[in-house]
Amino acid sequence: MSQPLFEIRDLRLSFADHAHKPLFGASPRIEVLKGVSFDIQRGDVIGIVGGSGSGKSTLGRAMVRLLEVASGEIRFDGQDITHLGETDMRPLRKRIQMIFQDPMSSLNPRHTVAAIIAGPLRLHGFDQIRERVDLALSQVGLPLAFRSRYPHELSGGQRQRVGIARAIATEPDFILADEVVSGLDVSSQAQVLNLLERLVSDMGLTLGFISHDLSVIRRLCQTTLVLHHGEIVELATTEALFDAPQAQYTRDLLDAIPLPEVSPGWLD
Amino acid sequence: MSFLKLEGLSAQVGALPILRDVSLQVEVGEVRALVGESGAGKSMIGKAILGTLPEAIRITGGSIHLDGENLLAMAARERRHLIGAKAALIPQDPLTALNPARRVGPQITNRLVDILGWRRKQAQARVIELLDEVHIPAPERVMRAYPHELSGGMRQRILIASAFAAQPRLIVADEPTTALDVTVQKQILRLIRDMQQRHGTALLFVTHDLGVVSKLCQSMTVLYGGKVLEDTTVDEFFQSPAHVYSAALLAATPKYTDPDGSLMSVPEAVTRSVEAEIAAHDHRRPG
Amino acid sequence: MADGRAAAKRQINSRLWLSGSWLLLLVIAALAAPLLAPQDPLAQDLFASRLPPLWQAGADPAYPLGSDSLGRDVLSRTLYGARIALVVALIAGSCTCILGAGLGLVAGYYRGWADLLISRFIEIWMAFPPVLFAILLIAVMGTGLTSIIVAIVVIDWTRFARVIRAEAMSQSAMDYVASAKVAGRKRFGIMVVEILPNVLPTIVVLLTLEMGIAVIVEAILSFVNLSISTDDPTWGSMIAEGRASIHQSWWVLVFPLITLFLTVLSFSQLGEGLKDHFDPVLR
Repeated sequence: MSQPLFEIRDLRLSFADHAHKPLFGASPRIEVLKGVSFDIQRGDVIGIVGGSGSGKSTLGRAMVRLLEVASGEIRFDGQDITHLGETDMRPLRKRIQMIFQDPMSSLNPRHTVAAIIAGPLRLHGFDQIRERVDLALSQVGLPLAFRSRYPHELSGGQRQRVGIARAIATEPDFILADEVVSGLDVSSQAQVLNLLERLVSDMGLTLGFISHDLSVIRRLCQTTLVLHHGEIVELATTEALFDAPQAQYTRDLLDAIPLPEVSPGWLD
Repeated sequence: MSFLKLEGLSAQVGALPILRDVSLQVEVGEVRALVGESGAGKSMIGKAILGTLPEAIRITGGSIHLDGENLLAMAARERRHLIGAKAALIPQDPLTALNPARRVGPQITNRLVDILGWRRKQAQARVIELLDEVHIPAPERVMRAYPHELSGGMRQRILIASAFAAQPRLIVADEPTTALDVTVQKQILRLIRDMQQRHGTALLFVTHDLGVVSKLCQSMTVLYGGKVLEDTTVDEFFQSPAHVYSAALLAATPKYTDPDGSLMSVPEAVTRSVEAEIAAHDHRRPG
Repeated sequence: MADGRAAAKRQINSRLWLSGSWLLLLVIAALAAPLLAPQDPLAQDLFASRLPPLWQAGADPAYPLGSDSLGRDVLSRTLYGARIALVVALIAGSCTCILGAGLGLVAGYYRGWADLLISRFIEIWMAFPPVLFAILLIAVMGTGLTSIIVAIVVIDWTRFARVIRAEAMSQSAMDYVASAKVAGRKRFGIMVVEILPNVLPTIVVLLTLEMGIAVIVEAILSFVNLSISTDDPTWGSMIAEGRASIHQSWWVLVFPLITLFLTVLSFSQLGEGLKDHFDPVLR
């Protein structure tokens, strides 16, 4: 097997818990990641699933170096990026992109769609920016007339497409998608998932897909990682995980999903 | 007999209709779902029933009968009193529904004391009894806690207890589990169902989640653009939805046991035909 | 919703128009004061003292708004007073804005030691009573236009710094900042390209408010004789002089007072109107 795109080793991270700060002295610390290790193979679509407080978003943000980890190691394409400074990190930024949960908050309300998508392109010295912006827009199925629109003039699904267009514009190797469909109506959810599916196969992307929704993960991902209280409780191919879940927590999660079908006694 | 009956309810913001001729009934002790995507007007119906519509929204026609009395024909004061005595709300966001600067206990008992005129001792005893009923350990201690000291599931339990406190005969639940993890959601749904059955309360459950509907409700109303598209029983709906939009919505709902047959995009033709249906409705009834 | 938006828009427009035209008028008056003023603003003429305004009995058409106890023309003095008021408003306002907003932005976005330093500095600064501070400054530097401007900047920059710091902090928590970071934008670049456009509306409101405040502060300092030389016509000194003879000649007090009032009001309304104009949602 070739070298994995991401190698994560014994990642640990904690936050200060200001809510329980004593009157004098330092706030207690909450361990959010308690030694997480896994690999992401090239071309894989890996689902990272867990409840609130499981540490899934923290893990994602640590991987793209939005958060500093306390200890452990993150290797991207063989290179140790755990404590890489911003200047050394910059060339890699072109290859690692992210799509956020709330497109309203992740798109600058004062920039036009074209300026938002062009942002990363300009930073990394791409040429033919106009053409690349148009290409990204057409790849996510938005009309070119949207170039001059502002985020608040778009629907939720359209905003999320702009977020995706921004992420794919630099032709990255890896995209981290953090709960990208959880704020959308089910009808837009399906469209955005289809789009991601198509982009992954067309562009040969590697995708990290964070979600609380196992049904969505099953649809999109080849590998699934279940996180609970900052620890990996199960990591398997999606098929294996759904066919024969090993961890008790995974079974509890699956059992708690209300499937859209009448099943008397499910609540008992 | 229907405990709640809406007939031809229409409302608009400025000239924009947001409820279009909505009729629905909730029988005594029945659990009815009000289903739709964002903008369908489902929360507005709940707010119209409880008299908490934002000021910008104007009711332009129809009636709301609660226990046989038309709320829209009553004086504001009487209406508040009737709603306070017979109906209650379980809100969506358990965090913003509680005042973060005040202890939990008084926030629940005050409603009983101020609106319904109970004695404070009596209210206190009733709330402790109910907190016990919603499986909250050490209710006396929880009543002295501030909202931020409690977990999301715990806060939602408290709000459920609070909703049942005055023995209402109708509860409107507005997406009460949307903010919760699935495992907690299941416990809360079970709790709502148990409480509803034990107290014989009618429940209008506002949600976008067809999965939750199939587990909790007996009948359902599907909305789009403030218009009722389908009014049916849950059994029939999940066997064969009558309206094309309902069918598309069901096919779009995630279902991990059927990855290829769920999470389907709503075809554009379906959206167009529903929009046309709504346009035709507006055309028939100008204004 | 379309209706509400249109109504809000109309209101913004009338606000902008009214306040904008008054201020434009004032700018023209200040620039063209030598052409417009019927009299030399400093010329005293004891034979023409306390003449009433034009529409009252015993008025002299050469003194349209009357004259003060030394026989100086009220209209001419008000026009020349606009020059000083506007210079103070523009220079003191912008300097305060640049200093305060700049420090606030850095403190709110960079946090860390920069924030620690700036925030402590603001807190210490704000513990001084501002009026005493101003009087002390002018006592040290001597009276004059520069002293007044310096005094206003030195006292008021904290107002900008505190508000902009808080605003920058809340904007920093938004995901579009995280997104720019993931894209590889430098920290300074994020501050200028991402954060600044989002705090700009607040800066504009504060700036116009500050201009109004500067006009008032200048008037107050003139009123207590701490502004520029007493001969120079400023609205504050005119009000001070008018107060002494309010029972004999009300016009000496009232006309500069109305001008001052309308100017300060226009500045604040201009700010509110511009803020909404900057808002992409309302626009």
